[in-house]
Amino acid sequence: MKVLVAVKRVIDYNVKVRVKPDNTGVDLANVKMAMNPFCEIAVEEAVRLKEKGVATEIVVVSIGPKASQEQIRTALALGADRGIHIETDEEVQSLEAAKLLKAVVEKEEPKLVILGKQSIDSDNNQTGQMLAALTGMGQGTFASEVVVDGEKVNVTREVDGGLMTVALNLPAVVTTDLRLNEPRYASLPNIMKAKKKPLETVSSADLGVEIAPRLSTLKVEAPAARQAGIKVADVAELVDKLKNEAKVI
Amino acid sequence: MSILVIAEHDNSSLKQATLNVVAAAKAIGGDIDVLVAGENVGAVAEAAAKAEGVSKVLVADNAAYGHFLAENLSELVAEVGKGYSHILTSAGTTGKDFMPRVAALLDVAQVSDIIRVESEDTFVRPIYAGNAIATVKASDSIKVVTVRPTGFDPVAAEGGSASVEQLDVVKDAGLSSFVGEEKAASDRPDLASAGIVISGGRGMQNGENFKMLEQVADLMGAAVGASRAAVDAGFVPNDMQVGQTGKIVAPQLYVAVGISGAIQHLAGMSDSKVIVAINKDEEAPIFQVADYGLVADLFEAVPQLEEELKKVL
Repeated sequence: MKVLVAVKRVIDYNVKVRVKPDNTGVDLANVKMAMNPFCEIAVEEAVRLKEKGVATEIVVVSIGPKASQEQIRTALALGADRGIHIETDEEVQSLEAAKLLKAVVEKEEPKLVILGKQSIDSDNNQTGQMLAALTGMGQGTFASEVVVDGEKVNVTREVDGGLMTVALNLPAVVTTDLRLNEPRYASLPNIMKAKKKPLETVSSADLGVEIAPRLSTLKVEAPAARQAGIKVADVAELVDKLKNEAKVI
Repeated sequence: MSILVIAEHDNSSLKQATLNVVAAAKAIGGDIDVLVAGENVGAVAEAAAKAEGVSKVLVADNAAYGHFLAENLSELVAEVGKGYSHILTSAGTTGKDFMPRVAALLDVAQVSDIIRVESEDTFVRPIYAGNAIATVKASDSIKVVTVRPTGFDPVAAEGGSASVEQLDVVKDAGLSSFVGEEKAASDRPDLASAGIVISGGRGMQNGENFKMLEQVADLMGAAVGASRAAVDAGFVPNDMQVGQTGKIVAPQLYVAVGISGAIQHLAGMSDSKVIVAINKDEEAPIFQVADYGLVADLFEAVPQLEEELKKVL
């Protein structure tokens, strides 16, 4: 079966985020960019499905500027078979991303679409669910285990207070949570091989989707800094402060 | 304006987060209706009708909604919600699951995880794991919004007298089915709404040592949490994780034990009223946000804490 994986280029998760002085956004100039960590888990899951003989082809898709091809190449080096780059320099919000991915789903007809549960820049946690709604598919969000069983997939989900397992008809959408797997690193020979794998570039117009953001960001500010308090000498002083000064116990 | 709040509950009781969401709805202003969708939810609907500020409770009681499957719930909410100016729910794992589906079915954007209401169409939300705070304006005619409960003080659970109306809308998309669940059995308060939280990090060394924290938690009526490092190391399950990718908490008292204070963790707890850090590394970043810091070996400090608390509680 064919698996489609969507990946996003975001600020590297180790980079300290700085808000621009004019409060228009976050400073991304000369900042290291990388594949969104949840998307890495999505690629890894697809590769494991292929290694198990469940998946036969892995198509990786990314939406964004030309540089997003780096993240597609990374996915190809990890084991994806071919890439689709939906090139745009505009800001693409979740609903438009879902519409663009829907167009790819209609063309590629994958049995399973795997996405990260959220990107670590906008923290929206929307695209997978929106794609599932638009394509009329079932969804297994925040997955910690994915088992394909004939025409169904069982997805164990990380929910408040524990785990929940659902069975979905295929085709279906899965979004990954942290504990689904531990992504591998690409080997040098595979990075070289990835350069020769096919990568097709399309525009949003090719896919018949108009990019028209519904949300506008009025300002972006740094969070209010919390002041450091005092150091206490021992546990007795701590309990005394909590009881008599902070009055929280 | 008219606002539809989708209640968060477990079919038997209303989750406190719903009261926080109603508070967010009050900040927007307008009539507030609450939709209770589930199976055998009579008690939940009664509780919702008593919440302060609620005009009407709509009840969709059917097996199709019993496990809150997003495919079924989203069709119901999109149909019931299309007559409202705003649809709100809590940004718990249920709300995060079905709400974007509602937005897509209505062809509108969603504003996720708001912590403040500026006006009827403008909301404040954290981005980049709380390292930046964005003010966002929504232009769609229906605003679909998830609310971070800790951003709003809950409305009173008692005192209201909303009418209760049964809906005869059954949506079964036929795409998904419930297989099973594993709920962590605990008598302790729910992590997301507890007044006191005590969390352990990598410094705990193993899962067995979390028993020390549990004993202290039981003395104080606290919930027990963990850092992502402790979860990744396999000490405790993921549903205990406090942080950007786990639970967002803002209790009266947060006690961080053996937690260095990675930015990812701080994003989940820095709105707590009082923060205590116990760590043997005095350079640990957690001390930069702690009101009270104790530089000590946790394996000595935590048993002492238990003894001292026994004296005063």
